[in-house]
Amino acid sequence: MDSDNITREKELARGRSDEQEPRRLRTAQGSTANRASETRTEPAVTVENLDMYYGSFKALQDVNMLIGRNRVTALIGPSGCGKSTFIRSINRMHEIVPKARVEGKVLLDGEDVYASDVDPVRVRRKVGMVFQKPNPFPTMSIYDNVVAGIKLGGNHKKSELDEVVERTLRQAALWDEVKDKLKQGGTSLSGGQQQRLCIARTLAIEPEVILMDEPASALDPVSTQKIEDAMEDLKKKYTVVIVTHNMQQAARISDYTGFFFIENMGDPGRLWEFDETSKMFSNPNRKETEDYVTGRFG
Amino acid sequence: MSSLSGTSAFYRRRKLVDRLMTVLAYACTAAAIIPLTWIVIYVIYRGLGAWDLAFFTELPQLFGDGGGVRSGIVGTLVIVGLATLMGVPVGIMAGIYLAEYGDNRLGGVIRFMADTLTGVPSIVVGLFAFGVVVVNFGYSAFAGAVALAVLMVPIITRTTEEIIRLVPDSIREASLGLGVSRWKTIMRVVVPTALSGIVTGVLLAVARVAGETAPLILTIFGTNFPISSNVFSGPSTTLSLQIFQLGGAPSPQVVEVAWGAALLLVLMVLGISLMARLVFRGQSVSGGR
Repeated sequence: MDSDNITREKELARGRSDEQEPRRLRTAQGSTANRASETRTEPAVTVENLDMYYGSFKALQDVNMLIGRNRVTALIGPSGCGKSTFIRSINRMHEIVPKARVEGKVLLDGEDVYASDVDPVRVRRKVGMVFQKPNPFPTMSIYDNVVAGIKLGGNHKKSELDEVVERTLRQAALWDEVKDKLKQGGTSLSGGQQQRLCIARTLAIEPEVILMDEPASALDPVSTQKIEDAMEDLKKKYTVVIVTHNMQQAARISDYTGFFFIENMGDPGRLWEFDETSKMFSNPNRKETEDYVTGRFG
Repeated sequence: MSSLSGTSAFYRRRKLVDRLMTVLAYACTAAAIIPLTWIVIYVIYRGLGAWDLAFFTELPQLFGDGGGVRSGIVGTLVIVGLATLMGVPVGIMAGIYLAEYGDNRLGGVIRFMADTLTGVPSIVVGLFAFGVVVVNFGYSAFAGAVALAVLMVPIITRTTEEIIRLVPDSIREASLGLGVSRWKTIMRVVVPTALSGIVTGVLLAVARVAGETAPLILTIFGTNFPISSNVFSGPSTTLSLQIFQLGGAPSPQVVEVAWGAALLLVLMVLGISLMARLVFRGQSVSGGR
């Protein structure tokens, strides 16, 4: 990774001094940091020196990243270089895989999600996830799919559920298509609708951060468009991290872009370059980034 | 001459072998099906004549007109019901354990023991229940139910495990990713998704033990007198045991009652199996597309 960049980020992660304030603003919030709703300036997620292992295989090495609040951060790079692995380390979903382990720090609002007294279940309620393949619960209706996280998570008031269902389905741009058949099975929908249902389901638990692992890769262009439209609204309220193989998509929807890369076969994946999306796609610092975003390999 | 239309000796031989093998396959299929249909038809032929009001309402009479199998019907329902109550929770929970947490040495040991237990002759299980329950508490319907439950558990465990493994991981990920705990994910998402398969496994296990006789001889004694109203004490009987005891009687009327009981038992097992098929067809495990 670019050594200037990494030093800056490390400083930013630690630094709270006035002198660094302007720069932190710029990095975490981008150049349009003046919206009324944005009073908190620290990054939503800070990743420090993250290494990731599957057994003895090192999948990621020394990733450092500041993920801006209410920003869309896109992660791009060739297959198998650790993008999905990386976002799973943010909500500890990698722990489902036996022998997967992490070294380093992931700070969510300044709290280390890997601290010994942190329950991964609580982390995942703050950091929601949308998967590559739409995966609605097959035994549940559309309605129940949306409120599944709330219902299975414990405390909820029945009277609030109707409101949650309508609000989140509207946010996911699905409401008009399903409002008359909320009691039908979630798997009766088309693939694109199922994926938007999964987005609504994630929104219903009111996370702060939403991780999306190639959410549109299995969908047709029309469905992809609808999901991108929905994301435009989402970033007003949420911090979004999206893995994508679609360069145009990354360029269209994201404020920041991270490029993951493996130099030699068998090496761990690294965050090769991380910057504002406009810079990454017009004038990246490193040659590999430029080759990738212009489609010369990968 | 065209190379496609030749009738060489090789070609003719191949055609003949093809014919022969087809005929052989049909013959073997028939050989497998004929005994099965024969049994069912013969049981109906011999058993249906015994079915009258007395057959369902009276006790067996070893002398005279044979009586009926009321006690066996009640006993079968009570003992199989008790066995199901005991065996199903244990079997399902063990299956969940094996599927969700069992990829380790302990899981391997349990899986091996379940497979072994499936193959243990049922009379051995009956002897076990005799030694543990009957020797200490005497003959009872409960002792018989214990033996049948032991026979049911490994069947239910293994079918539950297989069916839960069919639930795609993407469903588990979806639930865990919503911040739902592992336990709730299993009980509220995974098990409901696999439910039809689990119910099928349970029904097949019930059908399997409903006709068991050997372990019951050692545990419920089998009586032609009214069965004990206390399931924990006193002898009982079942249809299978009555077939065993009445079928060898000298009086043809009594033997006819045994055939009637056989017909009833076959129909019960058939009904349960049909139910299992219907349940499984109604809903299958799948994680969307």
